[in-house]
Amino acid sequence: MKKRGAFNFSLLVAALAVGTVLIAAALSMTIASLPALRAFGLKFFFSPDWDPVSNKFGALPFLLGTLITSFLALFLSLPFSLSISILSGEYLKGKKISSLLKTLVDLIAAVPSVIYGFWGLEVLVPLVRKLEISLGVAPYGVGIFTASLILAVMIIPNAAALAREVIELVPSNLKEAAYALGATRTETLLKVTLPYARGGIMAGILLSLGRALGETMAVTMVIGNSNTIPKSLFSPANTMASVIANEFTEATGDLYYSSLIAIGLTLFVVTAIFGVVGRYVVNRMKIK
Amino acid sequence: MKIRNLLAALVLGLMVWGGRVKELTGAGATFPYPLYSKWFDIYHNETGIMVNYQAIGSGGGIRQLLNKTVDFGATDAFMSDEELEKSRENPILHFPTCVGAVVITYNLPGAPELRLSPEAIAGVFLGKITRWNDPKLQALNPEVKLPSLPIVVVHRSDGSGTTFVFSDYLSKTSPEWRKRVGRGKALRWPVGLGGKVNPGVAGLVKQIRGAVGYVELAYAVKNNMPYASVKNKRGNFIKPTLKSVSLAASVKIPPDTRISITDTDAPEGYPISSFTWIIFYREQKYANRSMEKAKAMLNLFWWMIHQGQQYNESLLYSKLPEPAVRAAEKVLLSATYGGEPILKHK
Repeated sequence: MKKRGAFNFSLLVAALAVGTVLIAAALSMTIASLPALRAFGLKFFFSPDWDPVSNKFGALPFLLGTLITSFLALFLSLPFSLSISILSGEYLKGKKISSLLKTLVDLIAAVPSVIYGFWGLEVLVPLVRKLEISLGVAPYGVGIFTASLILAVMIIPNAAALAREVIELVPSNLKEAAYALGATRTETLLKVTLPYARGGIMAGILLSLGRALGETMAVTMVIGNSNTIPKSLFSPANTMASVIANEFTEATGDLYYSSLIAIGLTLFVVTAIFGVVGRYVVNRMKIK
Repeated sequence: MKIRNLLAALVLGLMVWGGRVKELTGAGATFPYPLYSKWFDIYHNETGIMVNYQAIGSGGGIRQLLNKTVDFGATDAFMSDEELEKSRENPILHFPTCVGAVVITYNLPGAPELRLSPEAIAGVFLGKITRWNDPKLQALNPEVKLPSLPIVVVHRSDGSGTTFVFSDYLSKTSPEWRKRVGRGKALRWPVGLGGKVNPGVAGLVKQIRGAVGYVELAYAVKNNMPYASVKNKRGNFIKPTLKSVSLAASVKIPPDTRISITDTDAPEGYPISSFTWIIFYREQKYANRSMEKAKAMLNLFWWMIHQGQQYNESLLYSKLPEPAVRAAEKVLLSATYGGEPILKHK
């Protein structure tokens, strides 16, 4: 009895510690970003000027950089992640090849992001440069488009894994009922399975978006790191995560330091919102 | 059992011995890191004193020294008056350890040796000169046929001392640069792509035809990258070499050694050169530091500006010229412990 008490106690301590760390991180980031938020107010989020020399800081270029790359990546990855989840959750359900596919897709998520960055620099950037030359735009190779492509590959497993799970969970009696009414396999998929699994698919998308928003290393390596508002799909830009990675080590001024932390806090809040909403949708699905 | 006792005695003995061996910690600039790690290695072999140096960047070095979590910091850009204000009750001292330079590197067919003027460099990095065969560039290089390629500017994306030195130079030589961009470790760049650290800039320059960027001299030499001669204040085109960089530092040094040597007056000096500094507190009796530790640290510093200098050139860092060594000596002699000078005999 005593032993179990100690065991339970240690569980409680571990759980509380993790929660405390999260809250403490949010709190200390809020405190540290106060000077910047006080100095610039809401303008911090709407000013395009990021000028460490004259101590003026506006995060708009990075907000835009993060949102554009993440949503573009989501858009690019969607056909692939959906196809994979439908294929392994419905057509190949229970077959050996389905688990092989699952392992492969999960491996994508296990590759460290610096490797994606390297691959992007060595393979993707020259390809994009060729495309840019044929389109007649400045042949940088790096930029928003390249970063979005890398992100798209990286987030496929996040969306695919969850979507496959909910597609597998669709009760077979529902599908059998559809077949009994004379529906073809495609009709059943489109009219019964996908609508039923809609919430889970949405949740997967939201979670993969959360991953895209916060990805740092691979993006920093291929986005071109320019602190200006991107003018086109091929412009160099910076995201919230990449500007922090770039400038944090040498940020000596108090306001500069605080502004970078404020960007971190914004990123934290945005990813937390997507994470929480995603989880909420998944949980609602399970109850149903 | 006996063996275990023996081991315990050994461990205990090591611990006692370890207590006597002084370990010093420093943090900061990445630029001189290869030199510092060689110095500290040699110094450890000679004296048994371990120096643990973390190359976390100049900004981090300054922050850690202000937080008193390290014994000394290292920085590529000397601390501003405003930053020094944060430790008014115990002033922070600077002394230079070596001289480095920033070179303009480029990717052009045939890798010709270019000659550049400060006006041309500012024009390119402000985005006003956009093609390689621009008359301003061609006039400086009559013997090279420059191609009609668009210029792609590559700069550092991370805050860095290299950017500070480069922009410090342009701020001195170009009024327009001073007004529109200014000097700092991170800038609001009018044009171009950002690459992270030296390899990031070099990688982009190597990949993009017509690209131009700036990197440290040592990095360009090690990687066989072409780099330009730059016209200095006296009107001479100077190729960056260990010698011309050291010559750039042969100027009058102020007592606190905080001097920018870009756009140097020295006739044979390469104009985009800079010292890199070690920073520490003048009064070493703080936060329970022992006299022994303070003495060990000052002895190390003294060694760095004298015996240590012989290793500079093999690692592509320029030596401190004589006036800089004299100025650094004076700084070290002014350090105190409880009000008493630490290095008396020298």
